[in-house]
Amino acid sequence: MEDLKLHGFWYSPFTMRVVWTLKLKGLAYENIEEDRYNKSPQLLEYNPVHKKTPVLVHSGKPICESMIIVQYIDELWPQNPLVPHDPYDRAQARFWVAYSEQLVPALPALIRSTTPEEKEKAVEMIWGNFKVLEDHCLADKRKFFGGDKINMVDLAIGSLLTVFVTAEDIKQVKILVAEKFPLIHLWFDNFKNAPVIKENFPDREKMVATLKPIMERMLASS
Amino acid sequence: MENEVVLLDLWASMYGMRVRIALAEKGIKYEYIEEDIWNKSDLLLQMNPVHKKVPVLIHKGKPICESLIAVQYIDEVWNDRSPLLPSDPYQRSQARFWADYVDKKIYDLAKKVWARKGEEQEAGKKEFIEALQLLEAELGDKPFFGGDKLGFVDISLVTFYSWFYAVETIGNFSIESECPKFISWAKRCLQKESVANTLPNSERVYEFLLDAKKRLGIE
Repeated sequence: MEDLKLHGFWYSPFTMRVVWTLKLKGLAYENIEEDRYNKSPQLLEYNPVHKKTPVLVHSGKPICESMIIVQYIDELWPQNPLVPHDPYDRAQARFWVAYSEQLVPALPALIRSTTPEEKEKAVEMIWGNFKVLEDHCLADKRKFFGGDKINMVDLAIGSLLTVFVTAEDIKQVKILVAEKFPLIHLWFDNFKNAPVIKENFPDREKMVATLKPIMERMLASS
Repeated sequence: MENEVVLLDLWASMYGMRVRIALAEKGIKYEYIEEDIWNKSDLLLQMNPVHKKVPVLIHKGKPICESLIAVQYIDEVWNDRSPLLPSDPYQRSQARFWADYVDKKIYDLAKKVWARKGEEQEAGKKEFIEALQLLEAELGDKPFFGGDKLGFVDISLVTFYSWFYAVETIGNFSIESECPKFISWAKRCLQKESVANTLPNSERVYEFLLDAKKRLGIE
């Protein structure tokens, strides 16, 4: 029995990546739901540099940064591999994981947008990134970024898209437009219905209900 | 074969320097191609269509982009000598964490110093020093971040040292007076051939930065 604890926010894409990884590997862990407005002393002790979730604590030792955690888990528990074995494929997967970071600033931009112009600008930012993924990553019509099976790129991007579709409901904007991005749209469908992901996919209404007040509070304080 | 490994780079790039140090540590022969970043080559645009940036490592014709990804690739392919990352998974996760911290902070904070003026610049200087002091604390009593030997975090960070003179001159402050431990660590790294042969002359970097500022329209 491994001593694994996960400090996170269930609705955060970064925490989702780790939860999906643990579930895909069949690993039991203790889930510690943090309150973003009142972070636990343990969290601040485990992540003094960034003070953020998720933090995985393995036998008392913390690992921070979602994709570093994902790679750590994959190295210790190789079943259902999420990191390609071949060094070149691995480098490519790491490249696209790093690229997914470019999608992140769009979230606060979207949250802060109130006028139609601001919303459009935030959505255009996301669409620029979607075009890159559509043209460079999914052009060979692969089922997942990992090919036939999910890999860490699917988790990195899938988690962010989960929040974007929630933002669609909250901000009344269309982001994942099937006509504009048919390959990404298809990929996301495949991802949501993949084994293990399907059973651990956040409920859309629950996401909206949870994220709406958080986004409103962020907007009020900005 | 020398042309089996090619590096598209800019002599002043602290990111490119990381890859050069890694190649040197492993004793890998390669073809170095100097890019004019103000007039990018077709090869660069072809090899890195997403970001159009250097460095790009090309191995047997296939590109690897992003410096820390290239360094890890080098470590994994040439895994029979001079390991750059720790062998223990936990230590490895910590090395990745700190290299990621360097990537998140150091360039942007240094830029606040060399690209801004007045209050913004002062704030940048303060934050930049704080980041270096945090790294000093992480280094602790170890000779290198990698322990007894130069490692992944050392390689990711020491290359910025070649830009310190430029940042200090533009910002009119002394990094050494605030972070003596950092400077002594950097000088220790420079005792290694791979680092000494890679880091360019600091005054040359300063000239490069002044020219870059002009071209980018930064006062």
